[in-house]
Amino acid sequence: MKNADKFLRKFSARAIRPLVVAIACASALSVTTPVLATDFEGARIEMTMPFKEGGGTDTWGRFYAPLIGEQLPGQPVVVVKNIPGGGSTSGANQFQARAKADGRDIFASSGSTMFPYILGDKRVKYEYKDWTAILASPTGGVVYISSDLGVKNIAELAKLKDADLKYASQGATSLDLITLLSFEVLGLDVKAVFGMKGRGEARLAFERGEVNIDDQTTSGFIKKVQPLVDEGKAIPLFSWGVLGKDGKIQRDPTFPDLPHFVEAYEMVHGSAPSSERFRAWKAFFIAGYAAQKGLFLPKGTPDDVVQAYREAIAKAVATPGFSEKAQDVLGDYDQAVGDEASMMFTEAVSMDDEARAWVINWLNSKYSAGL
Amino acid sequence: MLDTLITSLLTVLSLHHILYLAGGVFLGLLIGIFPGLGGIAGLSLLLPFLYGMDPISALAMLVGLVAVIPTSDTFTSVLMGIPGSSASQATVLDGFPMAKQGHAARALAAAFTASLFGGLFGALMLTVFVLIARPLILAFGSAELFMLTLLGLSMVGVLAGNSLVKGISACGIGLLLGSLGAAPATGEYRMSFDNTYLMDGIPLVVVGLGIFAIPEIIDLLRQNRAIAEASELGSGWVDGFKDVIKHKWLSIRCAILGTLVGALPGLGGSVVDWIAYGHAVQTTKAKDNPQFGKGDVRGVIAPESANNAKEGGGLIPTLLFGIPGSGSMAVFLGGMVLIGLEPGPAMVGAELGTTYTIVWSLALANVIGAGSCLLLSKWVARLTLIPYALMAPFMLMVICFAAFQATRSLGDLVALLAIGVLGVVMKRFDWPRPAFLIGFVLAGGMETYLYQAVQFDGWSFLTKPGVLIIAAITVASIYFAVRTKPADKTDDTGANTETETAPEAPRRRASNLRPQIIFAIAVVGLFGYGLYDALQHSFLGGVFTAGLCAFMLVMSLIVLVKLLRGRLEDPVNFDNEVEAGYSTDSSITSLPHYVYWLTGLILGCYLFGYLIAIGLFFIIFLLLKARTSMIKTLSLTGAALAFLVVLSHLMVLDMPRGLLQEMVQLPWPLS
Repeated sequence: MKNADKFLRKFSARAIRPLVVAIACASALSVTTPVLATDFEGARIEMTMPFKEGGGTDTWGRFYAPLIGEQLPGQPVVVVKNIPGGGSTSGANQFQARAKADGRDIFASSGSTMFPYILGDKRVKYEYKDWTAILASPTGGVVYISSDLGVKNIAELAKLKDADLKYASQGATSLDLITLLSFEVLGLDVKAVFGMKGRGEARLAFERGEVNIDDQTTSGFIKKVQPLVDEGKAIPLFSWGVLGKDGKIQRDPTFPDLPHFVEAYEMVHGSAPSSERFRAWKAFFIAGYAAQKGLFLPKGTPDDVVQAYREAIAKAVATPGFSEKAQDVLGDYDQAVGDEASMMFTEAVSMDDEARAWVINWLNSKYSAGL
Repeated sequence: MLDTLITSLLTVLSLHHILYLAGGVFLGLLIGIFPGLGGIAGLSLLLPFLYGMDPISALAMLVGLVAVIPTSDTFTSVLMGIPGSSASQATVLDGFPMAKQGHAARALAAAFTASLFGGLFGALMLTVFVLIARPLILAFGSAELFMLTLLGLSMVGVLAGNSLVKGISACGIGLLLGSLGAAPATGEYRMSFDNTYLMDGIPLVVVGLGIFAIPEIIDLLRQNRAIAEASELGSGWVDGFKDVIKHKWLSIRCAILGTLVGALPGLGGSVVDWIAYGHAVQTTKAKDNPQFGKGDVRGVIAPESANNAKEGGGLIPTLLFGIPGSGSMAVFLGGMVLIGLEPGPAMVGAELGTTYTIVWSLALANVIGAGSCLLLSKWVARLTLIPYALMAPFMLMVICFAAFQATRSLGDLVALLAIGVLGVVMKRFDWPRPAFLIGFVLAGGMETYLYQAVQFDGWSFLTKPGVLIIAAITVASIYFAVRTKPADKTDDTGANTETETAPEAPRRRASNLRPQIIFAIAVVGLFGYGLYDALQHSFLGGVFTAGLCAFMLVMSLIVLVKLLRGRLEDPVNFDNEVEAGYSTDSSITSLPHYVYWLTGLILGCYLFGYLIAIGLFFIIFLLLKARTSMIKTLSLTGAALAFLVVLSHLMVLDMPRGLLQEMVQLPWPLS
């Protein structure tokens, strides 16, 4: 091919030089100097993110990445490696299979990664009990209803028993499982309409009047639902609450005037909940709210590396001005580090068999979940 | 309000702001030029730098990047016939034939002028629209959105080509493929064979590249020449500019369409270009000598005016409701939260200033972006003169890279190959690929919204006023489509949607129908299997695909029966091997030849991982096909690999690993 050659001759004169530079750059990048385990100088730490760019957990991870890098010994660069797919199971499986236990691989987990694990989804090939938790970020949420239903607050919940309630959901095994389970525990007959692409779309359906009961996480509620409450279109019923150090559920500090879920239950049923369905609810509540997002180190990470991470995160969270910076991403919740984080995740992933069997049966029979 | 407008205008025009904006635009231009790498890739490159930046500068960079990608992705759509991103799929239909005829510069100029115009008009509309958008968005519930997907589907009538039954069947294949994976109502996995990759459904990027790019690359390789048939690049970019002036009303209408459809959350921007294209075809009267599909500049102006306006429209649900309308808007939203901006009703209240800063940044970014593209186009158009054997390995490398960027797995490459083969066959037998793609894009929304509408309102949703209005528009759209079609006298004229170039030559008809019959049987079998699979699921999980497959079985059986009756002059009969004279021309390589090459590449990825496989592919292909010397082969290969390694390092992306990497620990970057 004469043409090809002629073109190449012209092309190469102009192009070769930048190419050489590019190759040189590439090889420079590939040189990684061996370092001590607890000194990450010059290292690149990869945070495996089992979601696409731009979602809630991704934003959370990208918020934390530079803060943790700053505090780790040697101040490495922490980068986010997105591996979406399989409702976040693909990234977790890959982390389980490939992560090196030298502190250069960390995993960002969310409730959506924990739920399939708890439910025994067949796509799950990862084991939370192998990993070491180094951070847990809680969030909260509020359940609210349309003012058209004529119910002023949770005390009048009994009035809702005969109402035609509809809830827009992303799917029965998504994070909305907690909400659906709450309706079940409270004895509310709510028709779930699936296929929403996020809680935002569900809220839109509420605003359009297509559904009349909804829940939003704290930040979504404050920015987008509170205006509706002020206009008199929405009535908050209860918050999920937060998990206290004693393992009991307490009122959410962001919504001190709203009863939490357990209070709501007591108002309806007159006694504290204790059945297997409540135990199931609590495990999912921890996985989905109290410790919704977390950072993990892989199996076999040496203790000194774990310690370095725990200290780094503790320092990052204690930096002056952290909570102001964190307001939009994390809300007003205490970040759990170290043992506290480990304990939360342990409780979330160790649901008793009776409760698990009940949930799986309920999901299969009521929502054809096929578990 | 006027105060806010002026204050934000001044912010936008400050040097500091413009510098950051230009930075974003520049990055967007670089990213957009590579096919398949759209806004998501660009924004994720940018995200790590946002943290700690002051909000206004960060916002400027984000907006610059988002705004320019639907402009710069036009390069590959027009020059290579490869949709640069989902926003410019329709541009391929007429842009690429123009490039083949040597009018690449004109097509590009028309596209960029239209982009600029669309972007500016979109921003202008947005200024007012953002204030009144809230009730409008709230008026579009699931029922109305479902009707909009039907309106989108009605475009199939316009894009169906010579045979309507074939067009509908092609659309059906797209719809079925689009409903692969989890059912929206129950989460049951359909047609996924317990395969984790299929459970998520096939990503649009992979489908878009497979169905358009692979067949085009193979076709050009078989003919073994440069893209432009003419050795000189004909009419220049001034003509393209004049074209837009001449068709300014079309451009305005499409910009309005783009803003409105872009503003509706859930439908997504990926149909905007098709709707605009369909609109252009419908509204062009026969006396204006439409040449759609063969290089009509109106077919370039319409989608390009719309897709830039769409980005502005897409900002509305993102800012007002925090609901991203597209993948790139999702990343934009994430970026906003990172810099401390939480979207919500306040964006048109207390934070109106920020909103207007964004809107006007968008306008300015369009000016800078389209301006630089326009200046570049004369040079970039020369790419069409390069022998294709030299370009092909680069194109395949970038396409594969873009494909696996979608979910970062080898499955993306296998899906690319499978869809690519489907594309090759559909191109050969003239099963309209645009109809297929529309089906694919709309499948998810159509099923979800139908199910939700029935759940929310029962079947009485059909009597809602909004639904009736959109239904009326759909009927009108079909009426116009029928009217514009010059009464099917012969099938040489009219809206031939495929990118063939055989102007007015007497048609050669295929007399051996067996290859077409085999494909038609395969399609019937596909729908049959889809029906079988649907019946294995619960009612809500299977009803949509069951209904779809039942209808499509009828349509595809009609095609099959027509072929079996063997009437050669029937419009369903089309075999490009005969029509384009390939089968009688000994200089043309056989059709499967390059499919084998591609299969070899993917197989290599499975065995040795992507990097090693593409390196070997480069060396072998350049030596055997482009006949370059050893030194040139090695330096081209080295350059390509270096580019790949640097880009994937910056994007924090692991290239697919093969069996080799699973067995042996290799040093970076080979691992």
